[in-house]
Amino acid sequence: MVRYYLSGNEAIAEGAIRAGCRYYAGYPITPSSEIMERISVRFNEIGGVFIQMEDEIASIGSVIGASWAGAKAMTATSGPGFTLMQETVGYAAMTETPLVVVDVQRAGPGMGQATRVASGDIMQAKWGSSGDYQVIALCPWSVQEAYEQTIKAFNLAEKYRVPVLLLTEEAIGHLRERIDIMKDIELFNRKKKAGAAPFGTKERDGVPPMPTFGEGEKLLVTASTHDSYGFRKTDDPLIHDRLVSRLNEKIINNREKIIDYEKYYLEDAKVVVISYGFTARSSLFTVEAMREEGEKIGMLRLKTLWPFPDGLTRDIGARAKVIFVPEMNKGQVAGEVRKYASCQVVSFTQTNGEVIYPDTIIEQLRRHL
Amino acid sequence: MPRDMEQYLRPGLTSTTFCPGCGHGILMGLIFRAIDELKLNMDEMLFVSGIGCAGWIPSPHFNADTLHTLHGRAIPAATGAKMFNPKLTVMVISGDGDLADIGGNHLIHAARRNMDLTVICASNMVYGMTGGQVCSTTPAGAFTRTTAQGNPYRPFDLCKLVVAAGATYAARYSVTQPFALKASIKKALQINGFCFIEVLSPCPTQFGRHNQLDTPVGTIKYLMDKCITKKRAKNLSPEELKNKIITGEFTNGAD
Ligand SMILES: Cc1ncc(C[n+]2csc(CCOP(=O)(O)OP(=O)(O)O)c2C)c(N)n1
Ligand code: SF4
Ligand SMILES: [Mg+2]
Repeated sequence: MVRYYLSGNEAIAEGAIRAGCRYYAGYPITPSSEIMERISVRFNEIGGVFIQMEDEIASIGSVIGASWAGAKAMTATSGPGFTLMQETVGYAAMTETPLVVVDVQRAGPGMGQATRVASGDIMQAKWGSSGDYQVIALCPWSVQEAYEQTIKAFNLAEKYRVPVLLLTEEAIGHLRERIDIMKDIELFNRKKKAGAAPFGTKERDGVPPMPTFGEGEKLLVTASTHDSYGFRKTDDPLIHDRLVSRLNEKIINNREKIIDYEKYYLEDAKVVVISYGFTARSSLFTVEAMREEGEKIGMLRLKTLWPFPDGLTRDIGARAKVIFVPEMNKGQVAGEVRKYASCQVVSFTQTNGEVIYPDTIIEQLRRHL
Repeated sequence: MPRDMEQYLRPGLTSTTFCPGCGHGILMGLIFRAIDELKLNMDEMLFVSGIGCAGWIPSPHFNADTLHTLHGRAIPAATGAKMFNPKLTVMVISGDGDLADIGGNHLIHAARRNMDLTVICASNMVYGMTGGQVCSTTPAGAFTRTTAQGNPYRPFDLCKLVVAAGATYAARYSVTQPFALKASIKKALQINGFCFIEVLSPCPTQFGRHNQLDTPVGTIKYLMDKCITKKRAKNLSPEELKNKIITGEFTNGAD
């Protein structure tokens, strides 16, 4: 084990390198730029391909090309840049191109407050592109976890051939903390099978093997509706439905394996805080303080935001009296919790570009208890 | 297409998607001939295209790796593939709307970086696939579905644009000049750096229809009349050059 002192953004760069990322393209935007800056230096040392592109569309577009050329590839951005990338996120979902996009969320909408924090892109991450598709979105609460989840993001992208989004926040990106780096870390590389159909499979997991350009596979990659060998089928209803269904099911049916969370004091909790990202730090502090006062309060920390932990939320909602969701947005996850929880769900929202402090959460909780 | 070019076509295809009289098929055949004469191995090549009728030239027709990207985004994807695996010979084949309008920023930046790509812009002076709307290459005064009064704007000179941006090789030919065009494609494939060829390609269905040129022969004749070589253009007055399209090489860094 080696111990470092890094910012969240630096940890993401290091996590990517550790995961085997060797292609990075990006366009500067606060508060994400340190990821790109560090990668540009580190790739020089270790031999990766770095390019600063002319915009975010070009950045993620070139990541698509690199991924099919065999790279583990990534880009990082923040709110407005993330919006520019959305068409290509849908392209990646439809072509089953593994890639990682980091969104260091800042206060929006529009240009908003570039240097201030928010978690306002959670629904954008889920619904930003056209049509029905799935992504995987992770959300770290510490610098340590920013490192670990970046590695996990690459593993999931390779395993499920899907765009994986690391939805972190300015407060994590610029936070400096100690992190421990383990020697042994499990890495996953995309499955390959010469001659196999790259866009269809009978395997239960629904993920076909993925070939690489230059191997004589004569690949047909298109985000138009296609059959299992990539031939465009733009008016066959059955093929379209089958493809869209598989793209969704390969994530939804495997969600128990994908979804990650942490439970705190949930056994007897009548009041449950569901929290994620930086806010979860304040939430846990609050929950522990109130436990000491004898309150039957617990917390669920979401490490995966998409796919959403529907079953777990349902279970918690069946046992709790009230679920409390503090967020740095206007209630994006609270709305999702309401879809599944049968109990009362209270949304506490703060959109002032600042992190939510424990005092604020305690005050809000007291008002409802 | 003579059967000796068949090896470059993806097996199983029985027809192209192009309308009768479309120039994109002629361009496709000329690219095959250029590859054949250079004895290139298609397994070491990657063909990237965007969205539009021209984007369907390589995908699915070419018996090689093909990447059919989003509208306008062929060049970034080609850049990523080439940067990560420089051993690939990467050719971009797409439409004028795709490369010059929605993807115009990528075009000039790839030229500025002198990215080692061969970019073939099939220029039919219109948006073919979406039904014949005006393009940045549509001649001034021409009629389209969105310029019923005639195009009020001047067309882009794409070769000048990429030369100014730093392209190593830039040329313009019409499919009505097949031998010169094939030679140009061969040259571009052999030159390192950013190579750009604008290929005038008739679209009787969407361009011809609105400009009293609604037969394939009409659009071919129109191009033959409109395109003149650099050499011939030298002896013409500005008045005579009005409404002409000059063909030839505009920069050739390899010479
Ligand atoms: C983002 C986006 N906007 C618009 C379209 C619709 N569209 C498809 S092809 C096309 C124009 C293609 O024109 P060009 O590149 O000149 O190709 P051509 O069909 O003329 O060969 C447009 C606007 C699209 N597919 N994607
Ligand atoms: S619409 Fe025009 S460009 Fe498209 S296939 Fe027909 S003739 Fe060719
Ligand atoms: Mg066109």
